[in-house]
Amino acid sequence: MTSPPVLHNPADTVRTIEITPSVARNGPRVPGFVLRLLSPVVILLLWEIASRAGLIPTQIIAAPSEISITLWALTASGELAHHLLVSLQRAVLGLSIGVAIGVVAALITGLSKRGEVVLDSPMQMLRTIPSLALVPLFILWFGIGEFTKVALIVMGTTFPVYLNLFAGIRNIDPKLIEAGNTLGLSRRELIWHVVLPGALPSFFVGLRYSLAISWLALVFVEQINTMSGIGFLASDARDFMRTDIIVICLLVYSVLGLLIDGIIRTLEHYALAWRPSFVKS
Amino acid sequence: MNAHTPLHPLPVTPAVRLQRVVRQFGDNRVIDGLDLDIAPGEFVALLGASGSGKTTLLRSLAGLDSIEGGRLIVPEARSAVFQEPRLMPWKRVWKNVTLGVRDGDARSRATKALTEVGLAHRLNAFPTTLSGGEAQRVALARSLVREPKLLLLDEPFAALDALTRIRMHQLIIDLWRAHGPAVLLVTHDVEEAILLADRIIVLKEGRIADAIPIGLERPREKGTPTFNAIRRRLLELLGVDSGRQPSEDGQEVRPFRGLALAT
Repeated sequence: MTSPPVLHNPADTVRTIEITPSVARNGPRVPGFVLRLLSPVVILLLWEIASRAGLIPTQIIAAPSEISITLWALTASGELAHHLLVSLQRAVLGLSIGVAIGVVAALITGLSKRGEVVLDSPMQMLRTIPSLALVPLFILWFGIGEFTKVALIVMGTTFPVYLNLFAGIRNIDPKLIEAGNTLGLSRRELIWHVVLPGALPSFFVGLRYSLAISWLALVFVEQINTMSGIGFLASDARDFMRTDIIVICLLVYSVLGLLIDGIIRTLEHYALAWRPSFVKS
Repeated sequence: MNAHTPLHPLPVTPAVRLQRVVRQFGDNRVIDGLDLDIAPGEFVALLGASGSGKTTLLRSLAGLDSIEGGRLIVPEARSAVFQEPRLMPWKRVWKNVTLGVRDGDARSRATKALTEVGLAHRLNAFPTTLSGGEAQRVALARSLVREPKLLLLDEPFAALDALTRIRMHQLIIDLWRAHGPAVLLVTHDVEEAILLADRIIVLKEGRIADAIPIGLERPREKGTPTFNAIRRRLLELLGVDSGRQPSEDGQEVRPFRGLALAT
């Protein structure tokens, strides 16, 4: 057998590797969410064991089993639903008024130069006051009834919407405004077809902040002379060192937070369908 | 196309008439007493280095900027396409096309215009899903649906890749022939101007440095001797020293010698 003519130095041989198709692992696969649940479950178990062993006293925090029993009892008696409903009413009322004021003010300042001159600086001054610092003043003015509670939520929720919507209106791409002008749009059409849709994403950012604040404000306002609401439930539980009820209130807050976030997401998905992240290819 | 052979001398009623037009920012005269007529259906390209006032001129014609002096007569029906498509991202393609159109069946007009630019299948798409060339074609459709007597193009192909640009050149000529508006194309691309225009105006420091009628048959081709001769002349006018190389047809290129170049 004659060897083929050597065309190159064997020392030059290129080192190669083979890339093989990856093979899917066989056997039952554990779904991702089960794996995700694993560590919280372990933590809960450790917590329960520590409570039962007396390592964590109930005054510090109740055992998970105790919390779930109380949760069941509060739910079954309708007590939790009652407090939740009262809190929701306060939050929704305060939020609606706050958002409405914020939107109207932002439209006035955003769409007209004169409006900005007149209205923006008072809004900016009010914005810097922490709404909770107004509690004593509001109590003096409006007493300790529902009005004060809702008014404080209004104070807290107006400004996030105002600031974001105002910025959204002012940050519209001037080239799009110019395009609108060359297309012969009237001022009203320009606002309706160009400015407002363009500012909508910013409005939603503000709305998210406002929602979070309305919920946060409840914690404080429901400590003022009240017998109902999640905030009352929590402060009442504090007086009796009922850590189980306090934890339940915290859980309610976080579940509602998630729920509201979900609602906003759905709204955005519908209203901002044109955004690249939502567009289906 | 007979209807679009260069119209010189100009007919009685031009589509666009500028008389001693002045546009200035502070003391800086960007357009300095400009006289220019554009005939109905004429395709004019406006060349000039950056800062020569060509975009400023187009903006005044589009009604986006005012003028400080002189007279400016433009058709009422005019529309503009810019370097960026400037589509409203929140409106579907056909809604973008008919934005501001108040009469007639908007949807069918949009369909017709989008079919002309080859985008009938993207009627309901959102602008963010379009490629650069597609978006620019939507912008063209949006201009055409207004049946303009003057179409203003501000470097509309500058942001497109070379292949898309060639297709767009063909499309713009087809659309121009079909609709017959006067066209003012602002560009910095000398070859593009020669390929498309009936007449090339070279702008320098807010004045017309030269106006060159292009008599070439369409479709035009790059690289022919006449094409190259025009190209060299334009580059000279624009102050680009093409290196005094003897050219293909044996003539020596004259370097640029200042402003005394009016034909």
